[in-house]
Amino acid sequence: MNAQFQPTGSAYFIAKEKQTVESRTLSVLVDNEPGVLARVIGLFSGRGYNIESLTVSETEHEEHLSRITIVTRGTPTVLEQIKAQLERIVPVHRVVDLTTIARELGHERPIEREVALVKVAGSGEARLEALRLADSFHAKVSDATVEHFIFEITGKSAKIDQFVAIMKPLGLIEVCRTGIAAMNRGPQGM
Amino acid sequence: MTATDNQMTGAEIVLKALKDNGVEHIFGYPGGAVLPIYDEIFQQDDVQHILVRHEQGAGHAAEGYARATGKVGVMLVTSGPGATNAVTPLQDALMDSIPLVCLSGQVPTSLIGSDAFQECDTVGITRPCTKHNWLVKDVNDLARIIHEAFRIAQTGRPGPVVVDIPKDVQFATGTYVPPEKHTVQASYQPKTQGDPNAIAAAVELMSKARRPILYTGGGVVNSGPEASRLLRELVAATGFPITSTLMGLGSYPASGEAWLGMLGMHGSYEANMAMHDCDVMVCIGARFDDRITGRLDAFAPGSKKIHIDIDPSSINKNVRVDVPVVGDVTKILTEMLRQWKALPSAPDKGRMADWWQSITRWRARNSFAYSMSNDVIMPQYAIQRLHAATKGHDTYITTEVGQHQMWAAQYFGFEEPNRWMTSGGLGTMGYGFPAAIGVQIAHPEALVIDIAGDASIQMCIQEMSCAVQYNAPVKIFILNNQYMGMVRQWQQLLHGNRLSNSYTEALPDFVKLAEAYGAVGMRCEKPEDLDAALAEMIAVKRPVIFDCRVANLTNCFPMIPSGRAHNDMLLPDEATDEAVANAIDAKGRQLV
Repeated sequence: MNAQFQPTGSAYFIAKEKQTVESRTLSVLVDNEPGVLARVIGLFSGRGYNIESLTVSETEHEEHLSRITIVTRGTPTVLEQIKAQLERIVPVHRVVDLTTIARELGHERPIEREVALVKVAGSGEARLEALRLADSFHAKVSDATVEHFIFEITGKSAKIDQFVAIMKPLGLIEVCRTGIAAMNRGPQGM
Repeated sequence: MTATDNQMTGAEIVLKALKDNGVEHIFGYPGGAVLPIYDEIFQQDDVQHILVRHEQGAGHAAEGYARATGKVGVMLVTSGPGATNAVTPLQDALMDSIPLVCLSGQVPTSLIGSDAFQECDTVGITRPCTKHNWLVKDVNDLARIIHEAFRIAQTGRPGPVVVDIPKDVQFATGTYVPPEKHTVQASYQPKTQGDPNAIAAAVELMSKARRPILYTGGGVVNSGPEASRLLRELVAATGFPITSTLMGLGSYPASGEAWLGMLGMHGSYEANMAMHDCDVMVCIGARFDDRITGRLDAFAPGSKKIHIDIDPSSINKNVRVDVPVVGDVTKILTEMLRQWKALPSAPDKGRMADWWQSITRWRARNSFAYSMSNDVIMPQYAIQRLHAATKGHDTYITTEVGQHQMWAAQYFGFEEPNRWMTSGGLGTMGYGFPAAIGVQIAHPEALVIDIAGDASIQMCIQEMSCAVQYNAPVKIFILNNQYMGMVRQWQQLLHGNRLSNSYTEALPDFVKLAEAYGAVGMRCEKPEDLDAALAEMIAVKRPVIFDCRVANLTNCFPMIPSGRAHNDMLLPDEATDEAVANAIDAKGRQLV
C-alpha cells in the first residue's frame, strides 16, 4: 500500500497543512528538580515536536530555578500548542516566546549566542592558517601543543557553522557546541 | 500535635496522609517493596484496603470510584511489575481526566539503578502517562509530596499522579506535616475563574445565535454536580438544543426536551446534523476529539465557536475557536447565567424557530431505529430492556469498550451525572468490570451494572474473585455475539470482510465461570425471556454474570465513517452490505 504520510495529530488530519513552518526560541523557567528536563524532552518527542537546540542550567540558585532555552520549528498552530503543553508541566513556572517578543520590540530575533570548542591538529602552513583564521573570528586559544589547538569561539550559530566548515580542511578533529543561549534586548526581564 | 507525635515511619506517614486527605478506600495488591505500608494497613481501621487480583484492576476500580463519588481514587501497587501493570489505568485516567493517586513501592534507594529484583524506572515509565509524578528519596518529603499528589490530582484538569516510595523510605522515621501546612509547588496554580470579558463575548454571540448548539463533555461531570445543575439552567434560559460527548452523558438528562442524543462517530443523526449546520457552537468541557469532529476541514463550517475548558492546551488544539474561556465549568456557567439574565432585553426565542423545525425533521429520521427479531435478542433491544428494568433503582452503569459500549451510550438514557463510567479516550477493554467494583465499594446499596462484551470481559475477569470477596453485587451484563464486534465491523468496512482474528473461538461457559468464582451465572437467549431474566438478575444480591446471547452479526449504526463529515453519516437503514463495503475510501482507510 502506498500509505501517504500523515501530519502528526489526530487521525482525522487529512487536510493538507497550509501554514508555513517557522523557528521560535522559547525560554522556559522551571523548578530545578529531578526529572524536569526529561519532562520537557519527553513532551517534545511524545507529541512529535522538533527540538533544534536545547540548553539548560540553574540560573537562580536560592530559588532552585533553571532556565531552559529551546529552539523549535513548527507552524503557528503547533507553536501555540508547544507553549500551552509546556505550561501544563507542573514544575514549569513560565514559558516566554523570545522570538515573538523580539519582533514586538522591533528586532528580528532575540540575542542568540553559542559557545563552541573546536579542536584542530596539524602542522606547517595549515596550522598557521588555522590560527590566522581563528584570530579573524575572534576565537580564543584555550589549549595548544605544537600539534594542536583548541579554539573557543562564541557567536551566532551561523558564525560557528562557518568557522567549523573553514577548519575542516585544516585538520579539524572534533567540535563541541553548547546550544543556544538567548535573551531579549532592552532593560526588561523575561 | 506535639513535637514527638509528628515523628513517625514513612509507612505511618503514608497512612496518616491518606486519612488526612479524606481517603476511606484504597485499591491495591501487595508485594515486597510495599510490605511496610501493608503492615500499617493491617494495624488501622480508618482506610479500608480492597484487594484486587491484578494491578490493572486496582487502577480501573479506583477510576470508577473516583468517577462515581467525585473524590480522588487511590491505588497502591508494588515495584516492578506492580507499577508496570498500573500503566494502562494511569493512561486511561490521564485521557479521561480522572483524579487518581497511585502509590507505588520501589526498591531501597541504595539499590536503585542496580537492576535489582522487581526494580523498574517507575517515574520514567509513568512520566508520560501521569499529570505529575515523584520519587521520594527523603522520608521528610513524604507527607508534603502525598499532599501535593492529592492537590494536583484533583485541581485544574484532574488526572493521575504517581508517588514512588522506596522501601527504606517506608521504614525510615521522619516528620509528618498535615495537609493544611504543607508547602505547595508555586509553579502549579491552575486558573479556574473564567475571564468575564470572554464570557461577555460568548453571551453576546449566544444572544444573537439563530442556530445555536451546546456541545458538552466530561468537563461538566468533573466540575461537580453544581455544573450539571447550572447546565440545565442554561438550557432552560437560552432554549438551546444540547448534545454531549460519550464522557459527558448524564449532565443533561436524556429525557430532557432539548436533548439531541450523543454526537460523534456513533452519535445521533440530529446531534451531528445540528453540529454541522449550527451558527454558534458552545463547547463546554469537551476537547474536539477526533471521534467527535469527524473530518476536520468540514467540521461545523459556518459556525462561531465558544470553548469553555479548564486546560489552556485544549484551546485551538484540534479546532480553532473564536471565543476561548479558560476556567472551571461551574464558575464560568455561574457568570454566564448572571450575564445572560442581565441582558438589557431577553433574547427572543422565536429567532430559533426554523432551527428547531430542522431539528424536528432530523429527529424524525429516527437514526437509532433497528429491526426487531422474535427469534434472537437484538443488542439494542437488550440495552433498552435493561434500561427499563433499572428504572426506580439507584443505578450506575460502567462499560467495557466496543459495540456494546456504543449501544449502551445510545440506548441507555442517563438522567444524572456520575452515573456512567466508560473508557472514552484510551478505549481500554477490561475497564468496565473493575470500575464497577470501585463504584459498588463507594455505593454499596446501589445497582451497579457493567455492560460488557464477550471479548472485553475476559480482559479483567479475574476481578470476579475480588467482587465475591467484598460482597460487591456487581452485575456483568454481557452482550455476547461471539465476536470482537467493533473489530469485525471495521474489518467489514475497511478490509473486504476478511475477519482476521475477530471471532472469539473457545469462549468460556460464562455461567459456569461465574459459579467457579462463587458468583451467580445466568444465560438468556430468547427475547421473550429477557425481561424476567433481567428482573431476576437485579433481585440477586450477589455478583452476577449475565450471558445475554444476542444477534451475532449486528453492527453499530449510525456511523460517521473515518474521513467523513458530520452530515455524511451512514444510517442503519442505508447500511446495506454494499454500502458498508464502500463506506470508506482509500484515504479514510489509513485513519483509525
